[in-house]
Amino acid sequence: MNVQRGVELVVGLFVLAGIAALLVMALQWSNFGTSRVSGYEITARFDNVGGLTVKSPVKLAGLTIGRVESIELDSDTFQAEVRMVIDDQYDNLPTDSFANIYTAGLLGSQYVEISPGGALESLGDGDRITMTQSAIILESVVSRFLFDKAKE
Amino acid sequence: MNAVIDRVTKLGRMAIGAVRHAGSMGLFAARLAWVLFPTWTRPRDIVQQIYAAGVLSLVIILVAGGFVGLVLGLQGYNILNKFNASESLGVMVALSLVRELGPVVAALLFAGRAGSAITAEIALMKTTEQLDALEMMAVDPMRRVIGPRFWGALISVPLLAALFSMVGIIGGYLIGVVVLGVDGSSFWGQIAEQMDPWDDVGQGVLKSIAFGAVIALIAVFEGFEAEPTASGMARATTQTVVLSSLAVLGLDFVMTAFMFGA
Repeated sequence: MNVQRGVELVVGLFVLAGIAALLVMALQWSNFGTSRVSGYEITARFDNVGGLTVKSPVKLAGLTIGRVESIELDSDTFQAEVRMVIDDQYDNLPTDSFANIYTAGLLGSQYVEISPGGALESLGDGDRITMTQSAIILESVVSRFLFDKAKE
Repeated sequence: MNAVIDRVTKLGRMAIGAVRHAGSMGLFAARLAWVLFPTWTRPRDIVQQIYAAGVLSLVIILVAGGFVGLVLGLQGYNILNKFNASESLGVMVALSLVRELGPVVAALLFAGRAGSAITAEIALMKTTEQLDALEMMAVDPMRRVIGPRFWGALISVPLLAALFSMVGIIGGYLIGVVVLGVDGSSFWGQIAEQMDPWDDVGQGVLKSIAFGAVIALIAVFEGFEAEPTASGMARATTQTVVLSSLAVLGLDFVMTAFMFGA
């Protein structure tokens, strides 16, 4: 009987360890928690979002402060409407902040970088960042460079 | 001319044999499905089988997982470093383990370590007429012998695959961050950014459940239908390892095509 209890204990530990491993990988290591940051929502319109995707980070001074929630096309202006959720603890972004789309490294994933402005009022839930700069498309940069060279 | 006819006849016999084998496995699966839930009236039998199949496979699974993680970290670092992207090492190691290597390699090791043992055990019971003896005592061997072993393997494989992936990621961390000096926070940060709980972890679990079912079915079937001789047992054990390894790899391709394909 004692041996049987020992077996049951070990099996119980085994099952717990397996489930714990799954939970750690699914909830802790993956983006489960971070994709639903509690925070306020701001929007920005870009002429071109390049490779920006939902869940791309929103950074300020290189630190992640929020995530992209959705990217939709505004059919009137033909611009991309990007909704971002910013963590509540960063609630003092000036209203005249600037939103850029940058690339991490030369070929890395793209993210939104917020450059804070100097206004006294802060962005609140549902506000829009009006000053934006589109993603840099490598082909257009290269072709412009070649075109300028050719003119010389 | 006669030689050619002989060859063709032989081919036909082999084909019929294969189809018969597959057919009897189908019938066996149906009989097994009938007792799958009644088996749970004796949960202790199942616990005993999880111990035999799962807990005793832990050592090989954990050691193999650690080494696979170490190798992935080393190889991945060398390749990614050429593109100045060694920060992506974490996500490369984690995704390849969780999506692919964890379920598949754990299943292959399990087939070799535990699947063969299940087959040998059942085949020996058959050879020594223990199964017949059970039937004489009006105990259904499907329910008392086959069912618990099937469940034990089916439950163990996903758990082992999860532990394999986790130990592998830790191995990748050790070689990447501790030894080679990749930035630790971007190792974990990239994993958090790019690994999805449902798309990646969930589908890996789905895969390993399917692999567990396939291995368990093949192992108990080969044992139950083994020829009741010494050489029959040997053949059945070999057959289990060969068939279930091939089935796991084939099924893996099909499931990957459905899950991650365009």
